[in-house]
Amino acid sequence: MSANLRLTRPLTLSLTLTGPPMRYSVFSLLAQTLKGHKGWQPTWRDAVPKPEYDVLVIGGGGHGLATAYYLASRHGIRNVAVIEKGFIGSGNVGRNTTIIRSNYLLPGNTPFYELSMKLWEGLEQDLNYNAMVSQRGVLNLYHSDAQRDAYARRGNAMRLAGVDAELLDREQVRAMVPFLDYENGRFPIQGGLLQKRGGSARHDAVAWGYAHAGDRNGVDIVQNCEVTAISMENGRAVGVETTRGPIRAKKVALAVAGNSSRVAAMAGLRLPIESHVLQAFVSEGVKPLIDTVVTYGAGHFYVSQSDKGGLVFGGDIDGYNSYAQRGNLPVIEDVMESAMALWPGVGRIRMLRHWGGIMDMSMDGSPIIDHTPVAGLYLNAGWCYGGFKATPASGFCFAHLIARDEPHPVAAAYRLDRFATGRVIDEKGVGAQPNLH
Amino acid sequence: MRITCPYCGARDAQEFGYLGDANPQRPDGMDATEAAMHDYVHLRDNPAGRHRELWYHGAGCHAWLVVTRDTRTHAIEAVEVARKTKAGAAA
Ligand SMILES: [Zn+2]
Repeated sequence: MSANLRLTRPLTLSLTLTGPPMRYSVFSLLAQTLKGHKGWQPTWRDAVPKPEYDVLVIGGGGHGLATAYYLASRHGIRNVAVIEKGFIGSGNVGRNTTIIRSNYLLPGNTPFYELSMKLWEGLEQDLNYNAMVSQRGVLNLYHSDAQRDAYARRGNAMRLAGVDAELLDREQVRAMVPFLDYENGRFPIQGGLLQKRGGSARHDAVAWGYAHAGDRNGVDIVQNCEVTAISMENGRAVGVETTRGPIRAKKVALAVAGNSSRVAAMAGLRLPIESHVLQAFVSEGVKPLIDTVVTYGAGHFYVSQSDKGGLVFGGDIDGYNSYAQRGNLPVIEDVMESAMALWPGVGRIRMLRHWGGIMDMSMDGSPIIDHTPVAGLYLNAGWCYGGFKATPASGFCFAHLIARDEPHPVAAAYRLDRFATGRVIDEKGVGAQPNLH
Repeated sequence: MRITCPYCGARDAQEFGYLGDANPQRPDGMDATEAAMHDYVHLRDNPAGRHRELWYHGAGCHAWLVVTRDTRTHAIEAVEVARKTKAGAAA
C-alpha cells in the first residue's frame, strides 16, 4: 500500500468538480469521506478523438498507456492519444498473473528488466495511484545438480548486472515455504534462486494508474476505437482509419501485443511472431497460505496468492496459433498435475476461474522495441508471456524511441532486424520455434 | 480440441505435436539468399482465421498432418496427410 502524502497543489484544488481528474492523497480521501464519497471524479476522461495528434499510440493495454504517460511526463509530448479497440484493461494487462521480476540471464535482457523493476519500485508515487506493488519475492526452485548450476550462473549474471539474487539450499527454501513436497521421489526440491525484490502488482490498477497519470498529463484515452487501416502517404504512416473515423498523426506507435501481426499487416509488414493462447487460473479464496511467488523447476507451473485470497497460477502456452482468448484441457491438466507434484495440499482447494490471453510469441522469445521499415511507424511487440513485468520499462523505452528517434540504451538489443542479422536474444536456447519459448 | 487423423480417427489434440504454419517452403540452402532464408525461418503471416498448419501424430501413427484450422475458434476444417498434400505447398 502506498499512502501518498505529497501535495503538489493546494488542497482546495484537489476537490474541484471540473477539469482533469483529481490528485489522490490521504487528504483527498479524508475530504471525500466527510462528503460521503460523492465528489470523486472519473480516474481518466473518456476522450473523443481529435483530428490529429503528434503521437498516436495504438493499443490501450499496459504498454500503450505507459508509453503515452512517459511521452507526456518525460519528453513533454502531450498531444498524444491512446486508442483502444475495447476498454482499458480488457486485454492482456488484465489477463496475466501479475508477477514482477528481473531475473534474466542474457545481457540484452537483464538491464532492461532491471530498469523495469526500478520503475515498479517508484511507480505508485510517480503515477499517484496505488498499484499494490508488493515485493514479496520470487523463488525459482531447482530439483537437480545441473539445475542448481544453471541457477547459480543466472544468479551470478544478475548480480554482475546489479540485480539482487540469492541461491538458497533446501533448508532455506523449507524455512520460507514449508508446505511443499520436499520428498518428491522424482523431483525432490534441492533449493531455489530467490529474487527478493520481485513480487506482484495489481494488474488492473497498473492500467488504471497509467491511464490516470497519462490523462493528468494531457493524454487522450480513446476507448471502443478499433484501427481498420494504417494511412500511408509517400510510403510514410500518417495516421489511421478507425471505427470512429480517421485520425492523423506525425508518428504512429503500435503496442498491440497479441495482435501485432494483424495490425502490422495493415502497413504491409510481416513479423517474426506467432500468436498463441496462454491460460491462467485462480482458485477459490482461502486464508493466507503463501506469501511469496514460487516457480516449479521440474515443470511449467508457478503460484502466488492474491490479496483477495485466491491462488493465482499458470503454466505453459497451449502451443498452437490462436486468437481465441480461450484454451484447451490438456494444458489445464498439465498445470494441475504440476501443482499437485509441487504442493499436494492444493488438491483440497477448488479452481474458481481460468481464462486465456493472446501472446505475441516471437521467434527468439524476446521482445521488439524498434522503428519499422515504414517511416513514422514504431513497433512494440513480441512480449511472449513476459509482458506484464516489462510494462514500465517497455513504455519508458518505447517513449524514448518515439520522442528521440533513437533506442533507449537498455532496449537497444530489441531490434526488429536482429532475426535477419543473427543477433537473437534466446534465453531458452530453443531457436525459431515460438511454441517452445 | 480433437484432430481427426486420416489413419487413426478422431483423437485428443494432446496426442499431437505442433510445428506451425505449413505454407513456408524451405529454400534450397545452397542457392538461397540470406533474405530468403530469414523469411522462411522467422517471418509468418500469423492470420486470425484460416490457417494451414503442421501437426505430428506422435502418440499415434507418427504421420505428419496438414490441419486447416480457424485460429479464432479452433474449429478444424480439414486434415490431410502432409506427404500426400506436398507439405509446404499453398492450398
Ligand atoms: Zn494418426
